[in-house]
Amino acid sequence: MFQRALVATLYCATLAASAATASAATIGLMAPLSGPQALVGQDQVDGFLLALEQHGGKLGGQPTTVVKEDDQLRPEIGQQAVRKLIDKDKADAIVGLSFSNVLMGSLARLTESGVVAIATNAGPSPLAGAQCKPNVFSMAWQNDGAAEAMGKFAQDRGLKRVYLMAPNYQAGKDMLAGFKRFYKGQVVDEVYTQVNQPDYSAEIAQLQAARPDALFVFYPGGMGINFVKQLNQAGLSGKLPLYSVFTVDGTTLPSLREAAVGVVSGGMYDASLDNPENRRFVAAFEAKYKRAPSLYAATGYDAANLLDIALRKAGGDPKKLAVAVKAAGSELRSVRGPFAFGRNNMPVQDYYAFETARDGGKVVTRLVGTPFKAHVDPYAAQCTLP
Amino acid sequence: MSLTLLVAQLLNGLQYGVLLFLLAAGLTLVFGVMSFVNLAHGSLYMIGAYAGALAYGASGSFAVGILAAMAAALAIGLVLEVTIVSRLYRRDHLDHVLATFGLVMFFNELVRILWGPQPIFVQVPDVLSGTVDLFGFTYSSYRFAIIAVGLVVAVGSRLLIHKTRIGMLIRAGAQNPQLVSALGVNIGLLNALLFGVGAMLAGVAGAMAGPVLSVQSGMGEPVLITTLVVIVIGGIGSVSGAFYAALIVGVVDTLGRVFLPLILRQLTERSIADAAGPALASMSVYVLMAAVLALRPQGLFPARRG
Amino acid sequence: MKTSSAFRPSTWIPLLLLGLLAIVPTVASGFDQPYWTAFFARILIYAVAASALNLALGYGGLVSFGHALFLGIGAYAVGLCAFHGIGSGWLHLLVAVAAAAAAALVIGAISLRTSGMAFIMITLAFAQMGYFLLVSLKHYGGDDGLSVGSTSRFGPFDLGSTSAVYYAAWLVLVAILWSMARVRVAPFGMALRGARQNVKRVDAIGLQAHHVRLVAFVLSGMACAVAGVLLANLNAFVSPSTLAWTVSGELIVMVVLGGIGTVFGPFLGALLFFVLEEVLKGFTEHWMAVFGPVVVLVALFGRRGIAGWLEALNRKRPSPGPPDIVAPGRA
Repeated sequence: MFQRALVATLYCATLAASAATASAATIGLMAPLSGPQALVGQDQVDGFLLALEQHGGKLGGQPTTVVKEDDQLRPEIGQQAVRKLIDKDKADAIVGLSFSNVLMGSLARLTESGVVAIATNAGPSPLAGAQCKPNVFSMAWQNDGAAEAMGKFAQDRGLKRVYLMAPNYQAGKDMLAGFKRFYKGQVVDEVYTQVNQPDYSAEIAQLQAARPDALFVFYPGGMGINFVKQLNQAGLSGKLPLYSVFTVDGTTLPSLREAAVGVVSGGMYDASLDNPENRRFVAAFEAKYKRAPSLYAATGYDAANLLDIALRKAGGDPKKLAVAVKAAGSELRSVRGPFAFGRNNMPVQDYYAFETARDGGKVVTRLVGTPFKAHVDPYAAQCTLP
Repeated sequence: MSLTLLVAQLLNGLQYGVLLFLLAAGLTLVFGVMSFVNLAHGSLYMIGAYAGALAYGASGSFAVGILAAMAAALAIGLVLEVTIVSRLYRRDHLDHVLATFGLVMFFNELVRILWGPQPIFVQVPDVLSGTVDLFGFTYSSYRFAIIAVGLVVAVGSRLLIHKTRIGMLIRAGAQNPQLVSALGVNIGLLNALLFGVGAMLAGVAGAMAGPVLSVQSGMGEPVLITTLVVIVIGGIGSVSGAFYAALIVGVVDTLGRVFLPLILRQLTERSIADAAGPALASMSVYVLMAAVLALRPQGLFPARRG
Repeated sequence: MKTSSAFRPSTWIPLLLLGLLAIVPTVASGFDQPYWTAFFARILIYAVAASALNLALGYGGLVSFGHALFLGIGAYAVGLCAFHGIGSGWLHLLVAVAAAAAAALVIGAISLRTSGMAFIMITLAFAQMGYFLLVSLKHYGGDDGLSVGSTSRFGPFDLGSTSAVYYAAWLVLVAILWSMARVRVAPFGMALRGARQNVKRVDAIGLQAHHVRLVAFVLSGMACAVAGVLLANLNAFVSPSTLAWTVSGELIVMVVLGGIGTVFGPFLGALLFFVLEEVLKGFTEHWMAVFGPVVVLVALFGRRGIAGWLEALNRKRPSPGPPDIVAPGRA
């Protein structure tokens, strides 16, 4: 929290030399590596580095240098890091770019430089719509996607009265709006809590009094751990079905375990997805890092594989890289299943519903539905890119 | 709004309040007696939470966890007192702020090095994992336990300060440290003891908070700032003032979070109310503090002097 | 600062550094490393903010733990004006300074009723209120912050480029250092420094210590807002995290590190703070585990900061003037 910018430069001294030669690639990797969301950032980095290692330290056949930057989830720190990656490290592409607020804070700088940027954790609505950019991609999702999927899932299940909760910031608003876009039943109440609020006892008491059929929440990272635990302690889990996005995921499940049993989560990836690419990825990730990969690790992994294809296509010409990335999207065999970039450089992909369940002594996730196939976000129409 | 809901919310406020009191009790004495501004009190809370979580995880006994938290916070508190804090008593507040700000940076990073950035999850002890039925409302037994511990500490500290010889020395030291020293009391020892006990209470608060909140680097600072608000409202150096102020702040914060959005919805359109409600609620304790200081700079329940 | 004292190390070393900083953008672009321009621009801007804080903290002995508020007011003045399509830098500056003055007047009037510990806390409380207020302004980005679409334009001079912000920050820093040197020996500064040591005596000689301090607090807030204007232009982005309480703490660290109550101290402190951070980050990602203890050691032993250390050098050689030591402020 107090840090300004934390830099882990892997090849500091040789950087200027290696960046100058066309046959080597420099990739900037920016993510929140300290603070409450550090694990989300670390997973993206680990996923990316795993893929890089599988390609023998080369992307598109070029020896690749990775420069890691910590944005601490603060837009101005992220902006300094992006500036450094562009101006000092002369990065060919910047991957990661943290949460929506950090990405949006750096957008002007990215657009001006023309450097290819691949977000692995955000797809804010302005970027998906009117402000879409030819060189800025999201390897993750359009922000509303998972929430829209949960809205559709809740609608399909015939839920009548749903209570909505999220932290009071833009992503929170977007998630609840996304849910309501596809859920047509009654919204009992819509509650916004302070960002990074640790205690939810007051809100949980209000929730209990309202007696809804189900609860939909968006509480990423540490907020999610606290919220789900406290809901559990108030004796509500089991009684009140909980639907969530980015709350119970690969980063929080190891902490939540039993407390998360029964929670349904929407998303485009979970380690339990059954396809050959994912089985290979999960096995390699678990072997290397001794934990299951989260959806953030998956986006980092996919981003490295995407760049591998794109750098080969571009053939060392930085001006062709953005076009190559877009084309590479359709060629990529993503661990999440079908994938392509839409007109607005946002993913066109499936969204799934996963349920956390007890299996013997272990807590596991399993696929319970696929609300959307090849979902296109609602903002794509506003984008003027060809 | 039903009566049971109001009772449940008051309990929530009370629970938050007693947790704040555990932190405020030690801090206000250190302020009052040694006139020392200790921003690192939040770090001691964090140390307690980590020690408690790790010992509880290793031993399986929550009581062991609490004892470990007390021991760790006491030990580190005493080390800090002897090596750094005691050298700064005679300096001005600016040095206190500076030194303890540095300590906060250090401890947060140290915890990150030792246990990583990921929060540690602490299970509620089995005995207290159930819920209590309040006229159709379920309320966590563990939160009841927090309230009970807080009240026991409050009564205990009152007895300690008003009925024992040490308490008498503390009260005397708060008013005139030179005089107490001149009477042959080892004021250095008394200060170290006070600082250690304050640290220990912060450690208990951290260990108690573990199963409710997540245990992670930087967890001490938000609660520290609220604790500082409590101390200023209660009157610096006054333990009973800290107790009442902690309850006031706990209840104001909780009820503010619940009722401000509801009230605002009556006054303005819903989207504005939803946005402004949580923000105004988080400002409420600071507004309260500014109002108290503007009207009564010495706080609501100042320690009696002279 | 009298010209005769310009030959003392405590004066010529900072002046030399200031001179060297003037050529940073030229050198950086010469070596195709524009990053360093942005890096040092940030140092210059925080040096302005720290110098502004020094007026209240060092000269006035007012331990304000909420000066990030004024930095934020300056930044948001640019952000909000730009949001509503106002591009005039003069207007940005006017709004920033006027808003900061008004806020500082209200906060100062209330806070100065208290002293010591309570003063620290009440300034912190006001900064926190500002923080949460901006977080709640959803229309202006709330917690996510706000992009500054159009940077401040002062006639033909546009703060849109990094080097433009750099030169502007350098000029503002020179101006504020010159003013601080003048204020130090002016009657107002004398009264302010007197009030820090003994309020009763200042009152007794017919000056109202309370008013002197309030004026210092307001001026300090206004100057800090100018730094905020520069910061918003440098980042082309504003967010509530500029007002975080840790920023207030870091400003205090810079002032004390450099030398509290001295003219050049805050500038030297900001320079050392960021350079040390950059160097430590080169060695370890856990640089705060090293930086924290450094801050503690400064509090324990380095009371007079870099400026104090440079003044010690003055005395080792024959100096034209009397040693210029500032007693540490007692709150």
